[in-house]
Amino acid sequence: MIRAVIVMNTQGKPRLLKFYEFQPPEKQQELIRSVFAVLSERPDKVSNFVEADAIFGPGTRLVYKHLATLYFVFVFDNSENELAMLDLIQVFVETLDRCFKNVCELDIVFNFNKMHAILDEIIFGGLVLETSSEQVLKAAEEISRLEKSSSSISFVPKAVTGRFSR
Amino acid sequence: MEQLKTIGRELAMSSQGGGWAGQSKEFLDLVKSIGEARSKAEEDRIILREIESLRRRIAEPDVPRRRMKEYIIRLVYAEMLGHDASFGYIHAVKMTHDDSLPLKRTGYLAVTLFLSDDHDLIILIINTIQKDLRSDNYLIVCAALTAACKLINEETIPAVLPQVVDLLAHSKEAVRKKAVMALHRFYQRSPASVSHLVSNFRKRLCDNDPGVMGATLCPLFDLITEDVNSYKDLVISFVSILKQVAERRLPKTYDYHQMPAPFVQIKLLKILALLGSGDKQASGHIYNVLGDMFRKSETSSNIGNAVVYECICCVSSIYPNTKLLDAAVEATSKFLKSDSHNLKYMGIDALGRLIKINPDIAEEHQLAVIDCLEDPDDTLKRKTFELLYKMTKSTNVEVIVDRMIDYMISINDNHYKTEIASRCVELAEQFAPSNQWFIQTMNKVFEHAGDLVNIRVAHNLMRLIAEGFGEDDEGADSQLRSSAVDSYLRILGEPKLPSLFLQVICWVLGEYGTADGKYSAAYIIGKLCDVTEAHLCNDTVKAYAISAIMKICAFEIAAGRKVEMLPECQSFIDELSASHSTDLQQRAYELQALLCLDRQAVENVMPLDASCEDFEVDTNLSFLDGFVEQSIENGASPYIPESERAGMSSVNNFRSPYQQEASGHTLRFEAYELPKPSSIPVISQVSISAPTADLVPVPDMTYYRESDQASKISSVAEASSADIGIRLRLDGVQKKWGKPTYSSSSSSTTAEKATNGVTHVDGGVKSQSRDISHDSRRQQSEVSSEKQKLAASLFGASASKTEKKPASTHRVAKGNTANAERSGVTRAVSPEISKAKVAPSSPPPDLLDLGEPIMPTSTPTMDPFKELEGLIGPTLTPASLDNPATTSGPKAPDLMALYTDMPTGSSSSGVTLASGDAYSADKSSSLAKSVPTTKKGPNPQDSLQKDATARQVGVTPTGNNPNLFRDLLG
Repeated sequence: MIRAVIVMNTQGKPRLLKFYEFQPPEKQQELIRSVFAVLSERPDKVSNFVEADAIFGPGTRLVYKHLATLYFVFVFDNSENELAMLDLIQVFVETLDRCFKNVCELDIVFNFNKMHAILDEIIFGGLVLETSSEQVLKAAEEISRLEKSSSSISFVPKAVTGRFSR
Repeated sequence: MEQLKTIGRELAMSSQGGGWAGQSKEFLDLVKSIGEARSKAEEDRIILREIESLRRRIAEPDVPRRRMKEYIIRLVYAEMLGHDASFGYIHAVKMTHDDSLPLKRTGYLAVTLFLSDDHDLIILIINTIQKDLRSDNYLIVCAALTAACKLINEETIPAVLPQVVDLLAHSKEAVRKKAVMALHRFYQRSPASVSHLVSNFRKRLCDNDPGVMGATLCPLFDLITEDVNSYKDLVISFVSILKQVAERRLPKTYDYHQMPAPFVQIKLLKILALLGSGDKQASGHIYNVLGDMFRKSETSSNIGNAVVYECICCVSSIYPNTKLLDAAVEATSKFLKSDSHNLKYMGIDALGRLIKINPDIAEEHQLAVIDCLEDPDDTLKRKTFELLYKMTKSTNVEVIVDRMIDYMISINDNHYKTEIASRCVELAEQFAPSNQWFIQTMNKVFEHAGDLVNIRVAHNLMRLIAEGFGEDDEGADSQLRSSAVDSYLRILGEPKLPSLFLQVICWVLGEYGTADGKYSAAYIIGKLCDVTEAHLCNDTVKAYAISAIMKICAFEIAAGRKVEMLPECQSFIDELSASHSTDLQQRAYELQALLCLDRQAVENVMPLDASCEDFEVDTNLSFLDGFVEQSIENGASPYIPESERAGMSSVNNFRSPYQQEASGHTLRFEAYELPKPSSIPVISQVSISAPTADLVPVPDMTYYRESDQASKISSVAEASSADIGIRLRLDGVQKKWGKPTYSSSSSSTTAEKATNGVTHVDGGVKSQSRDISHDSRRQQSEVSSEKQKLAASLFGASASKTEKKPASTHRVAKGNTANAERSGVTRAVSPEISKAKVAPSSPPPDLLDLGEPIMPTSTPTMDPFKELEGLIGPTLTPASLDNPATTSGPKAPDLMALYTDMPTGSSSSGVTLASGDAYSADKSSSLAKSVPTTKKGPNPQDSLQKDATARQVGVTPTGNNPNLFRDLLG
């Protein structure tokens, strides 16, 4: 199963944290620090896989993708396939990109509840739920539509809702 | 920093443009200021200020709901940055009760991020989750399911389980899917609480919606991992699903990068790999679809390669099929030839799986593997080392381990260093071509990762140096030792050696530093003193050092030379005598005491090169018999075993007398029992022991062993005390023989292990196999001479079948010598083993007990002898050449010693005992016993044994047992 999803910037500042097994905040920070220490030392143009048993316990690996100023990191154990996880990151990023139109770090900072909503549509309780970014987007759209109709106030950025209403 | 500035600018722009209308100005400001913070401290300050203001505002009455939502999000944000936001948890919980969907979702999001599944506040959410699971709005249901996944623990599962099960039949596929996964999550948490629902997973496999079917594969994968056999019937279904998916029968919406539902394919392949593993019939069903998938494989996209990789894994796991293997090898070579590091990584991994089936496969990819070994990518390198580790044989072990050590030296990551060090050790122990190489390799490992490796490894190394090649080749042994001493003296010059390594060095220098006469005692002692000064060492190393000095002094005195104390040594001893550690103090005083002893005594205390000698712990303390006798004659009351005093039968036979005594003095909480049952044996014991002196040893010897039995016997009513006496006496003899007989008759192998004679034979076998290993080494050196390329040495000829055989036998032999703990047959641990073998047999005598009184008196005593003779006789003959001839008293076979009750007793008494007549044996043994006791007195002998114990069992003078040397100084 997937143990954690971490999005952090190239300074090591967390932008999105989701641990599928509860970790107390202090432990989370420690994990982020060690993950960042590993990632920041890796040169460009090497594989996207890192064995993470020193950080997350035996048998765990992590797959990361470095996009612009962000690292997308998925931590998982033996029951997943590295290449598939790499594609799952791709699904996640694609979905974000569709949702925010050229996603950048800022979108993530300001909409991180929406990020969580999208992630929940892709990964459920540590397992891959949906891998089609259209489907994910559709679900996310539906959520925001219903949210809008259920209460008069909108919390979703206009840019996004504008896209959705199209 | 540059990046942050840009963020700040962008932020300013976007906030002006009103792009983030959803958030309040404050939140924007917060993020902006954090983005612009120059240091962690500044960031912390900002967040702390934010938390303070939130704490104040969140507690205000009548916060507008929309406001509250933002506060909660800000709290989540603060906690993500590592600050405590626990004061807001309750508000997040409250928010889950809200009716409005966005607020509820935010509340759920916050609680899933904030709370662990055993948090106190969970109890307040359960009810809401229950209600929401029944909601008409499927989004609310989904949110509740997500929360349930994260927050429900074993205790609360029953509260929501019915609702989740109902949702399995929900009309929305998204809900069904999530319900299946929630159920899976519950299963992971507590398999027992949902075990009755497992059939639901099978049912959902046939769901109309492929998404739900796909979700079902996850729990099924877990279930099948646990128990393969009950799901064999599903193989055909899985294969047909996979076939349909691969043939694009699913709606286009399930395609991902032109691949039909790749994640479903991957899961299915994983499941099939489990089901087909080692099952020819099931694998037969799978071959077809796998072949198709290889043919149609699409390797231009990442995900396509993921599927191909999973196919390779499946092929390597199921019952082998040549065609599929060829296809898998081909796919693997494509991976390895690829430019992408990711694919190379997968290729190396796949290769590692395939060589398990056919080791030859690696050969054609040798260059690719070498490339990966040189690659700058650390992950790839590690994976490659893993592969090398898997393909190590006795022919390529030297190259591989050298490489591994080089890599180990180059990295800083302690975790991985430990791992690779332990792998080096493992490979070296398994495949070492020679002891020389083994020691050198171990030295390197210790030097660079000394404090990371297991202490067991150090002990194995010391044992190997001590035992050497085997007893047939003394010259090689001493050569080995002197080369070890040489290398250690050289290494000592280097700064900063790990303490474990220093321990090994001290021990070896102490044992063998002066053995070949190359170095003077003063030189070695000086070096040892330097060690403690140059390296800031802990008490353990100091203890090793002082013990080593003591040994060298003892050897010197024994050799008739005078030991002059170096000033630095004297100051070292003085320092230790004043040490805080009592263990160190004791050692220092012992050394000083030893220096005052005469040559004869020193020889007995510290025999030369006796670290491999066997020793026996005389649990019966038979050497005290004379003393006891005398005391009893002088009017002392006889010792009554604790078990008889307490009337209990659960006393461990091998507890040391100190312990026994101590437990006897502890407070007793249960009422005293009636004296009736215990009185009879006591009287009988006394009646025998008091009048006839020559019969004394019999009950005395039996005291410990008999203790529990005696109490059992006591329950059987006996007519006359004389009868009891005779019976008991027989019992004593029988019992001593009875135990091993019992175990040997049940399984001869255990008895073989218990007897020392046979272990010597083991040694013989070992040396034989070592010869083989030498042969293979010679072969290897021939091979290595033509080793011009690393590749050749790694792969070349390694797969040839002829060499495999010696390699495997060698491996076994090595396991014996280097891995005493694992094999548990070597001489060094044989005493412990014999103990362990005897100890569990104390309950069984019940059987014998019943049989004994009926049996004629002669047969029970005779039979076991016969049997044992039969056992020892033939097996001993090959070993007898070196065994009784070379060994002195303490080395006499274990078994004998157990029954003669005197470790130093010459083997002749053992023989007479073995000849059959128990009574005469007893007499002779008691006679023989008196000889050593009068000559040496009980103390030196005891301490000698104990010292031997300390040296062999511990090797570490950790000082856990200060009793060890108590008797030494009288």
